Amino acid sequence: MEKNLYGLLVEFDSPTALVDAARQVRDAGYTNTDAFSPFPIHSIDEALGIKRSILPYLCFAGGILGLASGIGLQYFVHVIDYPIIVGGRPHMSLPAMIPPAYELTILFTAFTAVFGMLFLNGLPRPYHPVFNISRFGLASREKFFLLIEASDETFDYETTRSFLEDLEGQQEVFDVPE
Amino acid sequence: MALKEKEKDQIATTSALSPKELREMHRKLVPAMIEGDHTFGTVSDKIGDVALKRKTPFHWFIGVAIAFCVAQLLLFTTIWLLLKGIGIWGTNQPAGWAFPIINFVWWIGIGHAGTLISAILLLLNQKWRTSINRFAEAMTLFAVANAAIFPLVHTGRPWLAAYWLFPYPNVMGIWPQFRSPLIWDVFAVSTYATVSLLFWYVGLIPDLATLRDRAKNPFFKFIYSIFSWGWRGSARHLHRYELAYLILAGISTPLVLSVHSLVSLDFAVSQIPGWHATFFPPYFVAGAIYAGFAMVLILCIPLRHLYNMKDFITHTHLVFCGKVMMATGFIVVYSYVMEAFFGWYGASQYEWFMIKNRIWEGPYFFMYWLLILCNGMAIQLLWFKRFRESEFWLFFVSVIVSIGMWLERFVIIVTSLHRDFLPSSWGMYSPTVFDITMFVGTLGFFFTLIYLFVRFLPVISIFEVRTLLPAANVHGHSEDFEENVLEVEYTYDRTDPPNA
Repeated sequence: MEKNLYGLLVEFDSPTALVDAARQVRDAGYTNTDAFSPFPIHSIDEALGIKRSILPYLCFAGGILGLASGIGLQYFVHVIDYPIIVGGRPHMSLPAMIPPAYELTILFTAFTAVFGMLFLNGLPRPYHPVFNISRFGLASREKFFLLIEASDETFDYETTRSFLEDLEGQQEVFDVPE
Repeated sequence: MALKEKEKDQIATTSALSPKELREMHRKLVPAMIEGDHTFGTVSDKIGDVALKRKTPFHWFIGVAIAFCVAQLLLFTTIWLLLKGIGIWGTNQPAGWAFPIINFVWWIGIGHAGTLISAILLLLNQKWRTSINRFAEAMTLFAVANAAIFPLVHTGRPWLAAYWLFPYPNVMGIWPQFRSPLIWDVFAVSTYATVSLLFWYVGLIPDLATLRDRAKNPFFKFIYSIFSWGWRGSARHLHRYELAYLILAGISTPLVLSVHSLVSLDFAVSQIPGWHATFFPPYFVAGAIYAGFAMVLILCIPLRHLYNMKDFITHTHLVFCGKVMMATGFIVVYSYVMEAFFGWYGASQYEWFMIKNRIWEGPYFFMYWLLILCNGMAIQLLWFKRFRESEFWLFFVSVIVSIGMWLERFVIIVTSLHRDFLPSSWGMYSPTVFDITMFVGTLGFFFTLIYLFVRFLPVISIFEVRTLLPAANVHGHSEDFEENVLEVEYTYDRTDPPNA
């Protein structure tokens, strides 16, 4: 096995070949894997064995936090810090407080969705070993790639490489340096 | 797309045809979301090159020069406004709300189509949103930016505007009044601007990565690298990315409906006849989408010609936009009828007076009939296929509708205010030259931003358009999937695994 090897990258021409290969890689027991494609492919989640993300739960929590801060802010302003009677309404006039709280719920959910997604994805990450392969630039254009990381328990350089070379539809197998 | 039985039969009987003939047939059956023989690569080149090419087309310079010059009117008027105060405008008693809020509502409304296309059509799984969502979202952002100018400067003293707009601890120790629709509006519009920006930016990340990988100029490569955040199209990332995108769409839908509803409450919560109506929120939301689709058409018809994007923005897209415009237009017309009906049926003398004054007795009655002509009559053309499928007429109707929606806000705001309860407080309103330069200036600013966007960013979502290509379908073993488009499309619901 080579030193400083991050993993093995294999190129495909079509999403079908990628998904078929991903299934075989998953069935062979590899877990530290990833696929790269120029657009989202839905069957790849199942093929690679990607578990459903916790992002929706985070967003729900974000939304609840937004709602609570919306109500809390208005309660603080109108009941605690600056109670003033306008038009004979009670200090705590919940119906009138709904619109700002509603908007803050949406705002917090949106922030959680976007920044939660980036955080869980480990982005921003300007450098990644796969960028060392010049062909990888085509992953954002028209080619499909599958990666098996060297850190995988089942990984063995010779076996894994010949396994990847035997995959149907593979164009080329690259050694990805760290 | 579920196919009708009849169409399936048609396919079954045509299996003897060659792949080319089958493809032709496929195009006839399924409305064209993408035309021409494209591959993943050509899609990326065609859209990406508009942003990446060193040579800028000449028409771009002409367009941006005109728009930028017009935008100077906004700069000039704003400076003059800050120096002199709002006395330079025609806004005065009894029309204490006039051009600034008309323009604010008009611009905010235009933004709504962008969110409708990007969020609601995504939830409804409408494929035709894919090639128009990017610039419709940009349109939303720029329209909201223009709208925001008016509330910020409408007092002429924007440095005094912050403490009653945003809740922050200030030296006076006072807070905004959260029971007021005006503060609801601030929350709605600022949330809307922020979420629209997030939505647009998230959609851009994979395309910025495409531009990063294709850019030759090191400076632009660096810029695109920074803003694509090291995106590499990983399946694990895309899984979360799509979830995030779906969640954004899910929350943008109630958001967009709330924004114009809350804008309408600025009026409806008051007691002025002509404003005090419970049906304002849906009426305003429909009008917003109506105006917004008109602006989408105004932008996308020249765009597809100037940048030769006819393969991606097809006739189907234009016709669909026209149909949405027609549907929302009828909701708006229905609202006009109901408004008059409520005035009569409500048996309040003030309400009935307002309707009479607005429609035939008052000094602004011609504005009302211009509004009916623009918003009610012009769309009737779209009943006919000949007009609906003609780019010229769609563009023409869209311009008329944009004018009509501006007139609608003028009618609602000015004609309601100039005759209120007490005849002693009646008066007339007319804009000054500064009212007009301010509005025209925002148009210039809007188109300047649109031009910059078209030059530096992909105007169509590249990675989503790729999914429209037949080659993007994952299917069972077949050597040449391009030739088997039909097989894929019509047998996709089979349940056996691909390896079987």
